[in-house]
Amino acid sequence: MSAQAELHPIADPHAQDRPLDDHEYGHDRAHDVHGDAGSHHGSFTDYLIGFALSIVLTAIPFWIVMANVFREPKVAAFVLVAFAVVQIIVHMVYFLHMNSKSEGGWTVLALMFTAVLVVIALTGSLWIMNHLDTNMMPGMSPQQARNLP
Amino acid sequence: MLSNFDVQQLIFGRLTLEAIPHDPIIWASFVVVAIGGGALLGAVTYYRQWGYLWREWFTSIDHKKIGIMYCILAIVMLLRGFADAIMMILQKALAFGASDGYLPPHHYDQIFTAHGTIMIFFVAMPFVTGLMNYVMPLQIGARDVAFPFLNNFSFWMTAGGAVIIMISLFIGEFGRTGWLAYAPLSGAAYSPGVGVDYWIWGLQVAGVGTTLSGINLIATIVKMRAPGMTMMKMPIFTWTTLCSNILIVSIFPVLAATLALLSLDRYLGTHFFTNDLGGAPMMYVNLIWIWGHPEVYVLVLPAFGIYSEVTSTFCGKRLFGYTSMVYATAVIMILSWLVWLHHFFTMGAGPTVNAFFGITSMIISIPTGAKVFNWLFTMYRGRVRFEVPMLWVVGFIPTFVIGGLTGVLLAVPPADFVLHNNLFLVAHFHNVIIGGVLFGVLAGTVYWFPKAFGFKLDHFWGTVSFWFWLVGFYCVFMPLYWVGLMGAQRRWNHHDDPAMQIYFVFAFIGACLILCGIASFIWTFVVSYLKREQLRDLTGDPWNGRTLEWSTSSPPPPYNFAFTPVIHDQDAWWDMKKRGYTRPMQGFRPIHMPKNTGAGIIIAGFSTVLAFALIWYIWWLAALSFIGVLAAAIGHTFNYGRDYYIPAEVVAQVEHHRAAMLARQG
Amino acid sequence: MATHAPAAVNETETVRFFDIDEHGHAEGSTMLGFWVYLMSDSLIFAVLFATYGVLSRNYAAGPSPANLFDLPLIGLNTAMLLLSSITYGLAMLEVEKRRMGLTLFWLAVTGLFGLGFLSIELYEFSHLIHEGATPQRSAFLSAFFTLVGTHGLHVTFGIIWLVTLMFQLPMHGFIPDNHRRLMCLGMFWHFLDVVWIGVFTYVYLMGVLLT
Repeated sequence: MSAQAELHPIADPHAQDRPLDDHEYGHDRAHDVHGDAGSHHGSFTDYLIGFALSIVLTAIPFWIVMANVFREPKVAAFVLVAFAVVQIIVHMVYFLHMNSKSEGGWTVLALMFTAVLVVIALTGSLWIMNHLDTNMMPGMSPQQARNLP
Repeated sequence: MLSNFDVQQLIFGRLTLEAIPHDPIIWASFVVVAIGGGALLGAVTYYRQWGYLWREWFTSIDHKKIGIMYCILAIVMLLRGFADAIMMILQKALAFGASDGYLPPHHYDQIFTAHGTIMIFFVAMPFVTGLMNYVMPLQIGARDVAFPFLNNFSFWMTAGGAVIIMISLFIGEFGRTGWLAYAPLSGAAYSPGVGVDYWIWGLQVAGVGTTLSGINLIATIVKMRAPGMTMMKMPIFTWTTLCSNILIVSIFPVLAATLALLSLDRYLGTHFFTNDLGGAPMMYVNLIWIWGHPEVYVLVLPAFGIYSEVTSTFCGKRLFGYTSMVYATAVIMILSWLVWLHHFFTMGAGPTVNAFFGITSMIISIPTGAKVFNWLFTMYRGRVRFEVPMLWVVGFIPTFVIGGLTGVLLAVPPADFVLHNNLFLVAHFHNVIIGGVLFGVLAGTVYWFPKAFGFKLDHFWGTVSFWFWLVGFYCVFMPLYWVGLMGAQRRWNHHDDPAMQIYFVFAFIGACLILCGIASFIWTFVVSYLKREQLRDLTGDPWNGRTLEWSTSSPPPPYNFAFTPVIHDQDAWWDMKKRGYTRPMQGFRPIHMPKNTGAGIIIAGFSTVLAFALIWYIWWLAALSFIGVLAAAIGHTFNYGRDYYIPAEVVAQVEHHRAAMLARQG
Repeated sequence: MATHAPAAVNETETVRFFDIDEHGHAEGSTMLGFWVYLMSDSLIFAVLFATYGVLSRNYAAGPSPANLFDLPLIGLNTAMLLLSSITYGLAMLEVEKRRMGLTLFWLAVTGLFGLGFLSIELYEFSHLIHEGATPQRSAFLSAFFTLVGTHGLHVTFGIIWLVTLMFQLPMHGFIPDNHRRLMCLGMFWHFLDVVWIGVFTYVYLMGVLLT
């Protein structure tokens, strides 16, 4: 690095007092505590609604299983998953304050992306492994194969 | 009372003097490394450069320095990975009929495992990461990445992983399982030694660095672009950086989790991938390829970005079909998550599953083909300048197309049933990785070297290196396609069919040519350094470039840009030049910069020791180093004084100095 | 070689190439960066869920979920975690009002609920192990302990982070750095509750339901 003036880090004597921001280079305006444009805080009502919904959405699935509400386990399973998905959305909206505006829409985009990948990983793995189990253990049902000691 | 042996086990775990290998080849390597390494350390000490290295490089949070360190790591590991390669090909050339070659099987197995692991994780990944780190912030008009400290930490974690792999050569052994360590072979029952544990922990440590780096670069691109640079005005290399890092962030957690499950099997006796008590070894293969396939796109997408930049610069034309390039990149990224089963068509999932993944694998070649056409159309009717980076592009195009074609062939499940784990496959993936990724990072190195160091690389030796690599590559791998079709399988250390030998001998000669290519590549640096005044880049724009990095001096000041540029069009720097911009020479402001810190290297150091302790079952050391990691990390969070300001006068001084240099150029 | 056109001094030049005033609003990247990290963490859990899904019926002639899972206890656990999410939210409301004492109070309550969650989980694990349902007994149990245990490990790290912040808040006050850290911990904490929804539904409830 020959032709450059040597730049030595010069400690700013007021660094500790100045309200600090992460990496806003070229800025030295004072920032308020919130520090970003997106609204990341909810209100007391939000938390209350979220709490109430979550309680209901948890209690019902537990009741469904413990009280054997549905005769068909498959139906019950489907209902359970539906409730879980709804509760996850409740958490996202009321606790994580997810909205399509935050970070210019990038948070929602990242979430959608991740959700798709999770689905691919889960369903892909189950589909593949199911086929492998069936094809690669001839003469034995998957049930038998799994229960080998 | 504890016996002597128990005490020894308590202190040293399973580390004993037996861990030191007796093999003459390894002893010879050790002597070379000791002498060379000793000389290097001695020289640094003699010239009293440790302080300089610590202050200016090891603790630096500057993305430019970190990028350079990544590239240096990659080149050093290339030497080790290539040594493994040439040893393998020599063994294959010799071992026919009665001859067993010179490498015993347990040694040969470690070599091919180490070769693959090192080349992917410690050559290709750091090289690509280093270039993305150096160039992308400059291209978007930013002063650093979003999280500079994390950047430093990520580098040292990658280096720590490399250290662990390298230690395995001299203390203990490496895995003998192939670079992906399939279960159940990699499980406790069949690989009880330290080899697979070295592999696991080396990758876990490096993987943390890679994942954090991915988060860092995504946040940088999303949040820190210069005003006016909308997504569709970003340079193409920045787009490929974004897509590659999205892939990293989504797949490295899969690798981490899969390796963790394997370690649980090995350390705690769980049954994820064992043969008994309900384990499913095939699930390991499934999971590891969910990681493994997108990984190769992590490597190749930035290389494609480099080709785009180099082509448009040295053809003096805007890149043809920018929009379709962006869409092609995004489509490749998305499709790369949908093809992973093509790595195990033969494992038995059946025709329906195989057909689905075969079709998706074939579809993914389409956007790639679109990119090739775009590069060709960029060159068409351009004024092509055959500087060394352009040579690499011209070498890449036919080479990668051949590799891609054999890939599409392999994507057909019935064909793959014949060719799976055959040398044909080996030739295919080397074809695309060397032709695609390696040629790309070498092109990028020559292209951006003047920006990083202030002088160009010597044209003659760069050309020599290119030709040795290109001819050498074809000499090694074209015979391997053929001999694969003749039935030669992968990872064999001995072949029975004497008709194959001539091909391996020819391949060995090709490997020697590649060795010359590597040697001349290194020599290029030496010669260029000696001739640096003649090769000096005084303007910052030695190639008449099109993107913002060329608007800075060579090398750029620590703060990159005294004033953040405002963007109006794609190829922002070209736009500025065309429209007659003026460099502002007054009104400089103090620039807010992060301080250097040793926390990254310290935490990574503790992590490396932790990994070593876990490998050798030295539990007290593992506990202590784990506490060290936590304490250092938490301690770092108590440091609230992490930044400083470069005074306006210093900025002014630097900028005026540059103005003087530019004036001298006229 | 000329690398740029001669500087055109144009008095009426309206095209700006440099941000001379630089008062543009540059937002911090931490929130997005942390969110991306959480997405990557989701993929770790996705692998553990997928592995659990594949291995969940591999009892190896050993115990199955119906034999093992104590649903009322899990209900209690779930309540602990949910309550801790609420109390964290209450803490954040106090942060907005700049009330240090109440902030620390609600953070402490959150931590206690978290510890309660962990204690119940550890009790459950030790009980299972005592019964012979160890992680080494079958692939189902390996997957169960790993998935639920990884979640518990995350909660543990969250509590360590919480305690650290409870030291750093009084030391430096409600400065932007601390505010950012609280927001990130909040995201982390709520994210863990989201994962738990998946765990209690897929592992516990469906486990008991389908065996």
